[in-house]
Amino acid sequence: MLRFIETVIRREFLLAFRRPADLISVLFFFIIASSLFPLGVWPRVDTWLQLAPGVLWVSALLATLLSLPHLFADDYRDGTLEQLVLGAYPLAFAVFGKLVAHWLVFGVSLALLAPVFAFQFDLPGHALWTLFLSLFVGTPALSSLGAIGAALTLGLRGGRVVLSLLVLPLYIPVLIFGAAAVEAALAGIDANAGISFLAALSLAGMFFTPPLIAAALHITME
Amino acid sequence: MDKNDLPKTPSRLSDLPAAYRLAGKAIPYFWALTVASGAAGLYAAFFLALPDARQGETFRIIFLHVPASWMSLFIYLCMAFLAALALFFHARASSILLSALAPTGALFTFLSLSTGALWAKPIWGTWWVWWDARLVSELVLFFMYVGFIALASAIEDPRRADKASALLALVGVVNIPIVYFSVRWWHTLHQGYSITLTRPPAMAPVTFWGIVLCVLACTAYAAAVALMRFRNTVLDRERDAEWVRETLATGS
Repeated sequence: MLRFIETVIRREFLLAFRRPADLISVLFFFIIASSLFPLGVWPRVDTWLQLAPGVLWVSALLATLLSLPHLFADDYRDGTLEQLVLGAYPLAFAVFGKLVAHWLVFGVSLALLAPVFAFQFDLPGHALWTLFLSLFVGTPALSSLGAIGAALTLGLRGGRVVLSLLVLPLYIPVLIFGAAAVEAALAGIDANAGISFLAALSLAGMFFTPPLIAAALHITME
Repeated sequence: MDKNDLPKTPSRLSDLPAAYRLAGKAIPYFWALTVASGAAGLYAAFFLALPDARQGETFRIIFLHVPASWMSLFIYLCMAFLAALALFFHARASSILLSALAPTGALFTFLSLSTGALWAKPIWGTWWVWWDARLVSELVLFFMYVGFIALASAIEDPRRADKASALLALVGVVNIPIVYFSVRWWHTLHQGYSITLTRPPAMAPVTFWGIVLCVLACTAYAAAVALMRFRNTVLDRERDAEWVRETLATGS
């Protein structure tokens, strides 16, 4: 069973390396989106810090949203998903492997990139560390909650808009606690509460959503 | 896959003609209940209830705000229950009724939010705050209804649409306890419970019974409208069936 999950993760990694454009586009979306906010708001200098946690987290959230179709769409198109549905192992295990790979490819990249781009907001060092940490432990929740929407909207005409309608409301708790953790670090308060809550959301998401996602994929593949 | 399998127990829930006729019989009663309890509730709201000591006449919006908020939660719980029936027992009637409830649920959630904003402006001095847990979780509930309707209408195959939206309704049910308990878990701007099962209601009896009548009217209205929508969907889905032609010809 573990070997099967490992194989799925390896395969996803291999695909991500062969098609680096998928990841790079998402990362550039994050960079562009987080640069648009300051251009649009144009505030006095001391409000940059107030905006930064929310702007960076919202941008990361939207970038994750754009990455979600990569979870299943290609496998759906080339028939791999059908093989996984018909395969010997429960689909939920394959889904779990895909979620882990999606987090390691997209989530961790965003978590590494965000502090670099947080320099434009003049965030102090410890807040950068909290930003990285909050994204690092929060993005598994984004991957797993988003995968439910991705599975339900797979192959639909206009599916991406529907996907955002389904997924963004589910992301609200993650956004609140993620941005609050960075804000706490900025205010000099201990950010551990927010980080712990994000970790709890992520663990619960990674544990509870794979059967739901598998059920959604079964409905789609019927 | 169980694509061509028949349901293991052909339950009565899947008997669409019977459900169609039953709904047709029930709708007039629900409308009668709506009108009767709505008239009595509004009479209590505007003529019997005395103006509040602090809020004056403004508080009368409670007679719409509380029933709408209650309905927003209650309809979602009904939808989750029907979703479970639809997924585990392949009950077609329940998945059609589930989709029929969603627009009414969205309407009541919108009413709850907008009456809340109208009430909040004179009393709290603001239409809306982003840091109140009750307000935000109710807004999320509204988004859940919208997402449900969007997903159900985006999928063309009715079989897949039924099941996918039922699954979504089940996923969204985690938000319901958050909305309900938000005033206890986070003591933010929205007030706590005034009506509970364990204590006498924290309001005048005439206000309490007026609210109960309005809740009854809203529930009956929701049932009537949802059943009418249910009948339309059944006719649309079964438009090639013999019984639909017969039913429409006899006009019953």
